[in-house]
Amino acid sequence: MPSLDRRIRRTRKGVYELRIPANERAVLRQLIGEMRELLPTADPSVGRLFPPAYEDDAEANEEYSRLIRDDLTAERVAALDAFERTVDARRVSEDDLVAWMGSINDLRLVLGTRLEVTEEMYDRPIDDTTPNANQLAVYHYLGWLVEQMVEALSVSIDPAGTEPA
Amino acid sequence: MSTVTAPVEVDRPAGDEDVTPDRPWMVIVWNDPINLMSYVTYVFQKLFGYSRQKAEKLMLDVHHRGKAIVSHGNRERAEFDVSRLHAHGLWATMQRDS
Repeated sequence: MPSLDRRIRRTRKGVYELRIPANERAVLRQLIGEMRELLPTADPSVGRLFPPAYEDDAEANEEYSRLIRDDLTAERVAALDAFERTVDARRVSEDDLVAWMGSINDLRLVLGTRLEVTEEMYDRPIDDTTPNANQLAVYHYLGWLVEQMVEALSVSIDPAGTEPA
Repeated sequence: MSTVTAPVEVDRPAGDEDVTPDRPWMVIVWNDPINLMSYVTYVFQKLFGYSRQKAEKLMLDVHHRGKAIVSHGNRERAEFDVSRLHAHGLWATMQRDS
């Protein structure tokens, strides 16, 4: 298990310090590569990244997918590019951290779909003897990172919102 | 968040705006066991400019009731909102408000 020191800290406006050990960065780099290979495929876990827009209208969903899927894929590839470019950086911009968070959340969605995670699972310690123990540990690690990223990035969002009253 | 349940009726979140004829589509976010509660709140704030309080209320509706209506609009607007939610990994659909 990684030590539980915080990995992400906002140092000043728009700058985030990443205190991530080299072995964890190596895992992230490998996951980036796996996601790149997976994204263009029809793997069922990738389907989780492209949900249908309509509950029961196959025709409208086809049309939606035709309009949107390429853009959504390109957006995800761009985030992976930024993530990979800065995966060894000690400091990143806000845009880069947003890219990290988006990519890592996508990885959680794919991994969580494969592992068939349930809400109850979060309350249980990982059973080291299950065949998926390593993947579950990675899944929880990624969630721990996302939690810290949300916390760091939320500082830039006005809690009052920007919606017209 | 927990696994998806499928109640037939969709509860409109308290304090949400009334539906008007030019905004006949509603955007629904469904519960899922993967996205973190804090992340879902963040996405609602970021995409819709909602206050933290409103974003948290909607997130909790998703979490406890299985889904919540997060926006209304014409078809084009609703489809745009759905696509932004999909870009952020949330499970969102749209349907005509009846």
